[in-house]
Amino acid sequence: MPLAKPTVEDIKDLAQRYPSKQSAIIPALWAVQHEQGYVTKEAMAEIAEHLGLPSSLIEATASFYSMFLTKPEGRHDVVICVNAPCMLRGADEMAAYLQRALGVRDGQTTPDGAITWHSTIECLGACGGAPMMQVDHRFEENLTEERIDSIIERLRQPVVAATAPAAQAAPTAEAPKRKTAAPKRARSES
Amino acid sequence: MPVKPLLTKDFATENLEQLKVYERTGGYTGFKKALEMQPDELVELVKKSGLRGRGGAGFPTGNKWSFLPKGVYPRYLVCNADESEPGCFKDRYLIEKSPHQVLEGILIASYAIGCNLAFIYIRGEYLPQHDALEAAIVEARQAGYIGKNVLGKGYDIDVILHRGAGAYICGEETALLTSLEGYRGEPRLKPPFPAIKGLYGKPTVVNNVETVCNLPHIVLNGADWFGAIGTPTGKGTRVWCMSGHVNRPGNYELENGTPIRELIEENGGGVWKNRKLKAFQPGGASMMVLLPQHLDVALDFDAIQKAGSLAGAGAMVVMDETTCMVDAARRYVKFFHHESCGKCTPCREGTFWMANIFDRMEAGEAKAADVDLLLDIGYSIDGRSFCPLGDASTWFPRSVIKFFRDEFQQHISEKGCPFKKTVQEAVA
Repeated sequence: MPLAKPTVEDIKDLAQRYPSKQSAIIPALWAVQHEQGYVTKEAMAEIAEHLGLPSSLIEATASFYSMFLTKPEGRHDVVICVNAPCMLRGADEMAAYLQRALGVRDGQTTPDGAITWHSTIECLGACGGAPMMQVDHRFEENLTEERIDSIIERLRQPVVAATAPAAQAAPTAEAPKRKTAAPKRARSES
Repeated sequence: MPVKPLLTKDFATENLEQLKVYERTGGYTGFKKALEMQPDELVELVKKSGLRGRGGAGFPTGNKWSFLPKGVYPRYLVCNADESEPGCFKDRYLIEKSPHQVLEGILIASYAIGCNLAFIYIRGEYLPQHDALEAAIVEARQAGYIGKNVLGKGYDIDVILHRGAGAYICGEETALLTSLEGYRGEPRLKPPFPAIKGLYGKPTVVNNVETVCNLPHIVLNGADWFGAIGTPTGKGTRVWCMSGHVNRPGNYELENGTPIRELIEENGGGVWKNRKLKAFQPGGASMMVLLPQHLDVALDFDAIQKAGSLAGAGAMVVMDETTCMVDAARRYVKFFHHESCGKCTPCREGTFWMANIFDRMEAGEAKAADVDLLLDIGYSIDGRSFCPLGDASTWFPRSVIKFFRDEFQQHISEKGCPFKKTVQEAVA
């Protein structure tokens, strides 16, 4: 699937933005993932073409970073932290509950295509609100079984109704809406 | 000696993330004052203030600035917002609550070192915080704090916000620079230090978010004022990220030198569920464990080091009497294994084998010799890795073996975890 025109324009802008066009690789990968949900080899070849760099460079960089996806996943991304600070406050129990509630194993997608979940050992920076999970880049803190239930219910709603989470600790940007900054699967498609 | 917070003093103000509100609290007056000074004066001021970097190593900020070679341009300032140390969430808090304070600090530092293009490297997971900073940059540009001929003072500055994509190693400054250049985030050999050859081979200063947040206050109030806060070798305050088994986890800004007991018992409301304190860990995942007997140690780089740990990036992970220390160490070791960049053998292979042995411990399949094997592997990694990630992967587990060796023996003799952690199947 070739990249959409706005994404291509974004990438060309990015190439001008940095003292070295190679620095535009990671932002360009974000732009692609925002548009397509994941990053294919073909998309990386396109990035390479627009930046005037060999595609091996793009692939070498992309494969290092854990947030770039190489295959499609569910509409929503649920990541639960099980590092020590979260473990101390019951993250294992919450992860086990999440698995039972979703009925699929760590790393898998629910049959309705709504949710891909996995546990992570990478600290997400919300230890003060442990146990926590990240739902499409938003932190859901102080998890309980009831909270997990209501989050899942919200995420399982059809695409149109699946808006941003209600309760958030973090401010959201008002003015700028650069494509690279949007949640990776916030696009509307089915 | 209670001192009012510096960085978080206005955090109760509503909409502080908006420029107008930030300005009403005195925002950007530090930058305006800085622009009236000569850059060299600013470097001297920060040197004199005794400010030390808040990212982990505690290197004096003014000294770092003064290492830039004279007459070599362009030079860059990079603000390290790649906060990924397990247990740390202070930079996220500082950015969320007051993105303009971060930005003002960056502008002051940039002017002081003669940089016209600054970068903020923020971890990929912090998307709302990225957006908050981006909104702040737009506002600051409109207000004339960023751009050409800033406030008519003839100084040009631009700020690029750069989003990472999931790699703990990029918090290490040379790996961060490599990543910012678009490569795989692997660390570089030092020397040359970034001050001499950093981003794009040019002189570069990398400063942590909390470090730059101190700058507006130092510029406004002076080095002597700042020097009067804290301890002789640890000036100012720190924002401590408290997590684990306390009643009130969260961020607390305290004057350096405050006893650890005060942070845990007063700010944190003590250990939860009326349980006893077993251990705590200052500094984040990397740092050695301390015991209840260390509660009166001061929150201070040097005091914590003397007690046998490190203050690192300012985390305080509290563990109660029910904690399985072996499992806590296992999580951290697995974390380091996951995050090892693979560049050097001791870290790549060593963390893999340590993680294997810890899994064996927890599964009840460990042998008596495994405890010493862990120490042996730790010895082969520490001081033999390319960057501090490898070294630090061994500090917590080795300190746990030192103080809680009997728990390892129990895991071996009872063929499993005596703390009955049964819910393992959902854990990576």
